[in-house]
Amino acid sequence: MKHTLKNVFHSPRFLVGFIIFMAILLTVLIYPYFVHRDPLQGLGKGFLEPGTYVSVYDANNTGTYRVDLPEAAEKRLESTLPAEDRQMMLDFLKAKGVDVSGLDASNDKLEGLLAAWKENYDEADAKKNKYEGFSTQAKRNALRRLDNRISGDNSNVAMSVVRGEGEEATSTAVSDTDYVKVDEVANAITLPLGTDNFGRDTLTELVKATGISLLIGLIAGSIATMLGLLVGLLAGYVGGLLDDVLMFIANIFTVIPGFVLLILIYSALGAESRGITTCAVIIGITSWVWTARSVRSQVISLRNRDHVNLSKLSGHSLFRIVTTDILPYIASYVVMAFILQVSSGILAEAQLSMLGLGPNPNELPTLGLMMNWAKLFGAYTSSNAWWAYFPVILMIALISFSLNLMNTGLDQVFNPTLRD
Amino acid sequence: MAKKILEVHELTTKYITRQGEDVYSVDHVSLDIEEGKSLGIAGESGCGKSTLALSLMGYYFPPLHYTSGEIIIDGKNISGMDPDVVRKTVLGTEVAYIPQAAMNAMNPTRKVGKFIEDVIRAHELPMDKKQIREMAEQRFALLGLPVDALDKHSVELSGGMRQRVVIAISTILSPKVLIADEPSSALDVTSQKMVIKMMKDMLAQGMVKSMIFITHELPLLYNVTDDIMVMYAGQIVERGSAHEMVFDPIHPYSRGLMRSILVPEEGTRDVKLTAIPGTPPNLKHPPAGCRFADRCRYASPACKVVSPPLLDIGGGRSYRCSMSVEQLKEVYGNED
Amino acid sequence: MKTDEMNPAVVADNRESVSFGTRDKDFSKEPLCLSGRGVTRVFHTGKVTTVAVDHVDFDFHKGELISIVGESGSGKTTLSKMLLGLLEPTEGEIMFQGKPRDISTGAKKREYWKGIQAIFQDPFSSYNVFHKIDSVLLDCINMRGGKNLPKEQKIAMMTEACSFVNLKFAELTNKYPFELSGGQMQRLMIARIFLLKPNILLADEPTSMIDACSRATILDMLLKLRDETGMTVIFITHDIGLAYYISDAVYIMEHGKFVESGKPDKVMLEPEAPYTKRLISDVPKIHEPWDLSTVELLQKA
Repeated sequence: MKHTLKNVFHSPRFLVGFIIFMAILLTVLIYPYFVHRDPLQGLGKGFLEPGTYVSVYDANNTGTYRVDLPEAAEKRLESTLPAEDRQMMLDFLKAKGVDVSGLDASNDKLEGLLAAWKENYDEADAKKNKYEGFSTQAKRNALRRLDNRISGDNSNVAMSVVRGEGEEATSTAVSDTDYVKVDEVANAITLPLGTDNFGRDTLTELVKATGISLLIGLIAGSIATMLGLLVGLLAGYVGGLLDDVLMFIANIFTVIPGFVLLILIYSALGAESRGITTCAVIIGITSWVWTARSVRSQVISLRNRDHVNLSKLSGHSLFRIVTTDILPYIASYVVMAFILQVSSGILAEAQLSMLGLGPNPNELPTLGLMMNWAKLFGAYTSSNAWWAYFPVILMIALISFSLNLMNTGLDQVFNPTLRD
Repeated sequence: MAKKILEVHELTTKYITRQGEDVYSVDHVSLDIEEGKSLGIAGESGCGKSTLALSLMGYYFPPLHYTSGEIIIDGKNISGMDPDVVRKTVLGTEVAYIPQAAMNAMNPTRKVGKFIEDVIRAHELPMDKKQIREMAEQRFALLGLPVDALDKHSVELSGGMRQRVVIAISTILSPKVLIADEPSSALDVTSQKMVIKMMKDMLAQGMVKSMIFITHELPLLYNVTDDIMVMYAGQIVERGSAHEMVFDPIHPYSRGLMRSILVPEEGTRDVKLTAIPGTPPNLKHPPAGCRFADRCRYASPACKVVSPPLLDIGGGRSYRCSMSVEQLKEVYGNED
Repeated sequence: MKTDEMNPAVVADNRESVSFGTRDKDFSKEPLCLSGRGVTRVFHTGKVTTVAVDHVDFDFHKGELISIVGESGSGKTTLSKMLLGLLEPTEGEIMFQGKPRDISTGAKKREYWKGIQAIFQDPFSSYNVFHKIDSVLLDCINMRGGKNLPKEQKIAMMTEACSFVNLKFAELTNKYPFELSGGQMQRLMIARIFLLKPNILLADEPTSMIDACSRATILDMLLKLRDETGMTVIFITHDIGLAYYISDAVYIMEHGKFVESGKPDKVMLEPEAPYTKRLISDVPKIHEPWDLSTVELLQKA
């Protein structure tokens, strides 16, 4: 036993899979001790990009520091000069006949654009020449305002802040070189994976969902393995009529596509009564068939082994023969089947939820539900919010990958014909 | 003196275990076979006889590795050649190898005739389908195999017929050496007899020029081959003509083997069946002296230290023991 | 396979040759131990019906060593399973010690199995690899009703059984059977029988996977056990020479039927049935020539 365990952990495949899986499991277990947020609590509105968010109000109430940051003005211009203004600058330059072939509206070309602008724009010139597309007064004014904003970037007063209300209100000018420390701001939040459509913190939700999905996989896998093992052992060892009956039932389950059966049971239950456990149990009782089949065939070949015959001749009971002479021989196989069942249980949940048939969405998140929400609220398409679905996909893939890796690793250890 | 078809000098091959240890399963084996002759190799399981058969092909694949020595087939040295070259120019034309499970080696979805085409293709011989078919039919007729077997799938043939067909396919290019490793052990006695008859016919008609026959069934070996060689723990312990080996073995181990022969004929019930106690040495750490010393009832303390060489006593007879033939005869005589 | 060199459990074997205590004894006067009339077993697979054993009659006497000789597919394995009570005959009757055998319930089966035990061909598959040697032997003591014996007495019994087959029990405790060589494992099987002391031992090719050199040891131990306990040994084999050498009576089996039976000298040296004649003539021998011309190579594919 000890020797087998040592061998298992010497298999590189198993080890890699085990480390990945344990990392995921530890994250799920430890994360709640550091982040006490309710995974389904809405923090904002709609998809927020990953990043650190600071309350504007609180930022203003924080003591200011004078910090001169290099290129601060330029970076600010980068973030404040909208695309349509940049396009207008390009259009103007083009109308004036300047070569703009190397320039566009992107941030990395901003420096060149500004240089070209400063060299070629002159208010009087624009007024006099009435370039094509900029002939009206309104357009010329727009050009003037734009120029003021660009050339006024070094001015001291960018905006002023009014504090207090009514007569006690004081107005403070905010200089371009005024800064606040982030950790002094009362309400700042870092969202490493942004928020989903409901404004929930995607990371917290993902960790919770991973935990729930693993639980579903574990319950479903245990039920499927137990059922499969029981049916396989009985059908294989007892044989005869019992074998025929059990295999008939198994055949029915094989003929009816499992997934269709799942969908039918699920839609019949209704979203409200579909809890996490119900979901797992239903996945479990629809996926025992292949375990039962392979356990049965292994038991049949073991049944005719001499040690089983000798055990019979020693007068041992059926229960004792099955538990001591058959089960230990297929134990390694059952462990491998269990791992695969867990993996496929997680995938089955994801598939069902993706179709909107998952567990009750108001209770807890699951990986499948997160995918479903991302789909429903256009994270793939209109919002282009990759953070709402890509980490989920990655997590499903990682869990499945690690479990399968452990399975092949075990297979290599237990099945000598696969050893190289 | 007849021409030597196969000459092997000091061939040593080893297995490398999963733990990276070397196991020399064939240890400095030298042998030769003359044209038209057959040699039988006998020994307990694990003595290296099957490894010797694999090694003689010159085609090595892990965990078996070539270490040293020469294999000369009809003047051509094939040891140390590139495996691909061996496959193309040696296997099938110089050496053919038939393992025990050969009859189950045929792809059940293809007809027997197709395998012969494959053999010809693999050796890139300039023959078209019709010529191949003619050659196959001719060969099958000579070997007493039904020609319509060529159009059958292997599963349609009985076990004995399948084994004979495999042998016919393997030797279609008339190799110089045929190595058969327990070719008839899985068959019933009548099929076994037919396989043996066909193999002897092949040797007599020159379809193969020599034959090495490996089996643990000594009565069979006695009836099949001209010479018998006994292997123990990777080494040759004795060689001689089949009759001498069975009725007058020199080496204590060969004697023990020959005394385990039981056949259904008069006198068998009066035989004193004896055992050789113990088991062969572990070849990972072979003993320094004679490898049989631990199990030999005549061993002296010196035997455990000094490894005796294979002594040639003329007449095609050689043995590996520190005692002289006369000494051995004397101790045997005292016993009976 | 482990070697003795690494295994201190094996003492030097000084019993090197097979000794017969009761060679050429007339067993027909001994009481019947196991006999059968019209024993038949039919298998149905789909629509195919196979008659594996076809109306065989046999009389095995107490203390007799009977060989059932047959080639693969002759039905000898099915017959041995019926004799052991692992399979029920579809037709016919098996009598155990003169009375019709009744193994209809679990308790009756257990009672029957106190009287008949087996040694199988493959020692490597005869042991549960998860059980230690001690528990294999302890199980036998328990089966013989020795469950409540003091521990020292159990150990003494196991030690005695092991020394009967030249193994040292003290060295075997806490070892697993697969740590032994094939021959030693088969000897441990005999130690098991020694403890069980059944009336009948069915030995199904016990030496076919053992080297010729160790064969004599196993056979000698079996014969010694027979001589000491007076048990009937049913030896199932395909090795005609071995059957001839060791048996008191030989049954030749072909296609589920006994084609010939009797004293080995008569069956082997003066066979009457055509199948036996062919079988004996096709086995290679060493004093008589092996006539290859009796087989015709050209056959229909």
